Amino acid sequence: MEKDNKRHDVHHMSAYRVVCLVVLLILAFLFLFPLYWIVTGAFKTAKEVNSVTPVWWPTQWTLTNFQKLFSRQQAPLWEIHLPFSSSFSGTGNAIVITAGPEVPAAIRWMVNTVFMAVAAMVLTCATATMAGYALAKKRFRGQALLFSLIVAAMALPKQVILIPLIRQMSAMKLYNTIWAVIFPTVGWPFGVFLMKQFSESVPTEMLEAARIDGAGEWKTFTDVVIPMVKPGIGALAIFTFISSWNDYFMQLIMLSSTSNLTISLGIAKLQAENATDFGLIMAGAALAAVPILTVFLIFQKYFTQGIAMGAVKG
Amino acid sequence: MQTAQPQRSKVLVRRETRSAYLFLLPSLFFFIGFVVVPMILCVATSFFDSTMGKDTADTFIGFANYVELWKDPIFLRALRNTFVIVVVSVPVTCVFSLWVSSAIYQMPGKLLSFFRIVFYLPVITGSVAVTVVWKWMFNNYYGIFNYVGTGLGLIQQRINWLGDEKYALGCIILILLTTSVGQPIVLYVSALGNVDASLIEAAQVDGATDLQVFWKIKWPNIMPTTLYILVITTINSFQCFALIQLLTSGGPNHSTDTVMYYIYYTTFKLYRYGYANAMGVMLAIFIAILSAVQFRFARER
Repeated sequence: MEKDNKRHDVHHMSAYRVVCLVVLLILAFLFLFPLYWIVTGAFKTAKEVNSVTPVWWPTQWTLTNFQKLFSRQQAPLWEIHLPFSSSFSGTGNAIVITAGPEVPAAIRWMVNTVFMAVAAMVLTCATATMAGYALAKKRFRGQALLFSLIVAAMALPKQVILIPLIRQMSAMKLYNTIWAVIFPTVGWPFGVFLMKQFSESVPTEMLEAARIDGAGEWKTFTDVVIPMVKPGIGALAIFTFISSWNDYFMQLIMLSSTSNLTISLGIAKLQAENATDFGLIMAGAALAAVPILTVFLIFQKYFTQGIAMGAVKG
Repeated sequence: MQTAQPQRSKVLVRRETRSAYLFLLPSLFFFIGFVVVPMILCVATSFFDSTMGKDTADTFIGFANYVELWKDPIFLRALRNTFVIVVVSVPVTCVFSLWVSSAIYQMPGKLLSFFRIVFYLPVITGSVAVTVVWKWMFNNYYGIFNYVGTGLGLIQQRINWLGDEKYALGCIILILLTTSVGQPIVLYVSALGNVDASLIEAAQVDGATDLQVFWKIKWPNIMPTTLYILVITTINSFQCFALIQLLTSGGPNHSTDTVMYYIYYTTFKLYRYGYANAMGVMLAIFIAILSAVQFRFARER
C-alpha cells in the first residue's frame, strides 16, 4: 500500500516537472521576444516595420535603419570637461579636451555611456573600499553618527533630491557634463555600506600583525585588506556598472546637448523626434542593448554570483 | 561593532581618528557634496515658495506646499497610481520569482543558467531599449498585441492600449514586471541552493510532502532573502519613471501619473521647485514607512 503511494507520488512529481518545464519555456519565449523584436526590427524595411500584419522574420535584411542612425549630426569622438577646471583655467570657463575624428552622434553617445559607467565604477569602488574599511576596522569620533547617516540615505530614493542637485551642478559648472551624472552615483552610500560588511570579515589580528611588521596605514590597506575584500569589490563593480549604465533618470535631468547624451537618452530623443519610425528606433535600441548584453553573457557567472553575494552582505 | 576594547591613550585615539578620516575623505567628498547637502536643501526648499521666473526671492511659506499637496487632485491621483503599481507589482514579482526559482534551482547547470539569464535579460537590456520596443508592440496599428489579440479572438477590435485610461496603467505594470523579476530570481536560486540539504532529506524520510518541506524548511530559511527582495522591489516600483515618461508621459488625462513622474513634471514643466521638493519629501517618507513596516513584519515571523 505504502509502496504504491510512493510510486504514485513519483509519477505525479515527474508529470508536475514536465508541466513546469513547458510553462517555463513559454515564459522564456515571452521574455526573449522583445529582444528578438528589437534586433529583427532594426534590419527590417520601413514597409515591413509598418505592416499591420507583423513580419516575423525580415524578408530582406536591410541596413537602411543603421545608415539613418549614423547619418545624424557629427561630433568629435572624444570630448571631456575637466571637472572644477573653471576655477583655475584663467578664462572662467571649464577646460574642454577633444580628440579623435568626427563621428556620428550615435557613436559618440556610446563612447559617453561607456566612459560614464566605467568612471562611476572605478571611482565608487576606490572610494567605497577605503571608506568601508575605515568604518569597519577603525574606531573614531563621529563613527556612529556617520553610519546612521549612511543607512538613512540609502533608504531614500535618490530622485527626490533632483532639484537641489541640478542647482548645485550648475553652481559648480558641472551641469550638462557627464560628471553631473557620475558624481551623485559615486556619492550614493550603498557601496560604502557593502564594503563595510565585507571589511568586517578581515581579522583584526592580521591588521595588527602587519602593523607590528612595520607596515604603514596605506601598506596595510593595500597588502592586507584589499586582497581579502576582492570579492566584494567585484560585486560592487558589477552593481555600479549596470545601475549607472541604466540610470536613465539621472542622465535625463543632467544632460541636454546632443553631443553629451548617453545612448539611453539618444534613443529617447530619437523616439521623441521620429515617433513612428520604429525601424530607426529599433536600430538605436539594438546599438544600446547588444554591447552590454555581450558583456553580460561573457561575465554571466560573475554577475549572478556578485548579485547574490551583494544581497547576502547588504 | 562595539567590542570590548582596552582603554587606550588619547594620543592613540586621536591618531586612529585621523587615519580613519583620511580613508573616509574621498568618499565623504562625494557623499556629503552630492547626497547629504542636496537632501538638506531639498527639505529646506520644500518650505519655500520657490518658482522659476519670479521677481522676488523665495518666500518662506511654512507647510503651505504640503497642505496644497493634499488638495491637489493630480497629486492624489499620482499617489493612488503609485500605490496601485506597488501593491500589484511587489507581490506578483515575489511570488512569480519564487515559483520560477523553485522550479529551476535543481535543474542541471546549463538549463539553470539558461533560465536565469533569460529572466535577467530585460534588466541588462536597459529600461529605455525595453520600453521603446514595448511601445511598438502596444501600438494601435503596427503593434503585435492587437494583431495577435484580434487574430485569436481575445479582443473584438483594436485597442489603443497606451492611449486608453482603462488599459494604460495595466500595460505599464506588465512591462515593469518583466524588468523586475530578474534580480529576485537570481537571489532566490542562490538562497534555495543554500538551504541545508540534509534537513530536507530528513523530512522526506519522515514522509513530509513537498508542500510541507517548502513551508516548514525552505520558507523560513529563505526569509531574509524574501525580506530583501520585498524592500528592493518596493523601492523600484515607487521609482518607476522611465516607463511612464517614454510610454505615456503620465497621460491619458493623468491616468498613469506616478509621484515620481509628477515630481519631474512639476520641476521641468511647471518650474515649481518648492512644491516638487515637498512631494519628494513625502515620497521619501512613504518609502521609509513601508520599509519599516516590512522589516517589523519580517522580524515578528
